[in-house]
Amino acid sequence: MKKISLLIALLAFSFNAAQAKEWKDIRIGVEGAYPPFSKTEADGSVTGFDIDLANALCAEMKARCTYIKQDWDGIIPALLARKFDAVIATIDITEERLKMVAFTDKYQHIPARFVALKGSEYQASTAFMAGKKIGVQRATSMDLYISDNYPDAQIKRYGSADEAYLDLKAGRLDFILADSAAIAGGLLDKDGGDKFAFIGPKFTDPKWFGAGAGIATRKQNQDLVEQFNRAITAIRADGTYNKIQDKYFSFDVYGSEL
Amino acid sequence: MNLAIITNEYPLYLEGLWTTIYLVSFSLLLGLFIAIPAGILQSSENRAIRGAIWIYMYFFRGTPLLIQLFIIYYGSAQFDFLRESWLWDYFQDAWFCALLALTLNTGAYTAEIVRGVIGTVPQGELEAAKAYGMSRWKMLHRIILPNSLRRALPAYSNEVIFMIHGSAIAGIVTIVDITGAARVVNARYYAPFEAYLAAALLYMCLTFSVIFIFRQWEKRYLQH
Repeated sequence: MKKISLLIALLAFSFNAAQAKEWKDIRIGVEGAYPPFSKTEADGSVTGFDIDLANALCAEMKARCTYIKQDWDGIIPALLARKFDAVIATIDITEERLKMVAFTDKYQHIPARFVALKGSEYQASTAFMAGKKIGVQRATSMDLYISDNYPDAQIKRYGSADEAYLDLKAGRLDFILADSAAIAGGLLDKDGGDKFAFIGPKFTDPKWFGAGAGIATRKQNQDLVEQFNRAITAIRADGTYNKIQDKYFSFDVYGSEL
Repeated sequence: MNLAIITNEYPLYLEGLWTTIYLVSFSLLLGLFIAIPAGILQSSENRAIRGAIWIYMYFFRGTPLLIQLFIIYYGSAQFDFLRESWLWDYFQDAWFCALLALTLNTGAYTAEIVRGVIGTVPQGELEAAKAYGMSRWKMLHRIILPNSLRRALPAYSNEVIFMIHGSAIAGIVTIVDITGAARVVNARYYAPFEAYLAAALLYMCLTFSVIFIFRQWEKRYLQH
């Protein structure tokens, strides 16, 4: 009996030790359809702010990172199913998601905004929005926000932001609600984007939009969260973060003032 | 396994079930209006008609349904003349695009079934009809069609089932059919097993109902 309990204690100890290891190989899930954060190049590789940031974090942690592309819809289920160990894909840290996964501190915070054809009318009232076709990316904070606040609107849910932009250009949508930087990079700054413009206020209500975007991991990998947190603090401090930010944006992506 | 997810979200699934039934039955019905004439005209003596039908059938049977839907839905948005015409009222609607793709697709497959059964009408019956002095039209709607469409039932039941399953792609262009509902539920709860299992059960119920109805029809119309 004594032996068995000793064995169990030993096992438990070694298990704990394994848990608290320094992560050297990290598989990171990325989306690849959310420019400028994450986009797929012609040769199939994924580039963008999220990827550059991930590279900087991995260099800081001296870890070998491999990237696995996964559609947004399945990105949290795939994390839970151990297809990868962390997700860097502009995931807002929300109450709802914290029930399923763990998050690092935020690494960026950008308000969501509506985009529409230039000169479109906009009112925040539910009466005005009733029947309007609003595009969102499925399973995002924006999806939840529209579903909760404008149930009478025609909500069109897309697998990726790129598909929603296509339908806005085609006149199938009246509005899209998305990350403002993503709209700027994926739609407004591109060919044909000059016909569209931001409209209405900046949305940052933490009830829906959380406290910024963090890196998601499985709940049991608290050690990985801490490892990432240390790396985020380090690259913020040594200027690496700002260098990456300036490559893609002309404003403060970290959202210090939000 | 959390069944509460499914029971909480049942209105969404019911909405999806209704959309799937509506979409599939509508397109099957419209598809028949294409398939029966196309199947008959396959044996037309006019080469131009035969050629046109051949191209239609080979295109829609030779390419995946998903690609056909993408061409109709995303492809149509590319042409300014279409977007400025009255047709755009229809093409801007995802529902219409899905209906069009499914209709054209089932039309092509069913036309092939119709062509097949018409070809197997016994020669004796045709000769007897001719001996009675029936015109070609009369022969067609009194002898050939009733005889052959009955025998098409088993093959057609397969086509109906394929259509139910094929309609799952409608969820990709923002339509909330059964699959669309499952994707919304999965996205909300991160529970793919529960979300898609519920969808699978709904599709299974639909398919079994179809099989049951066709059994009854076959009993009635295919007795001998």
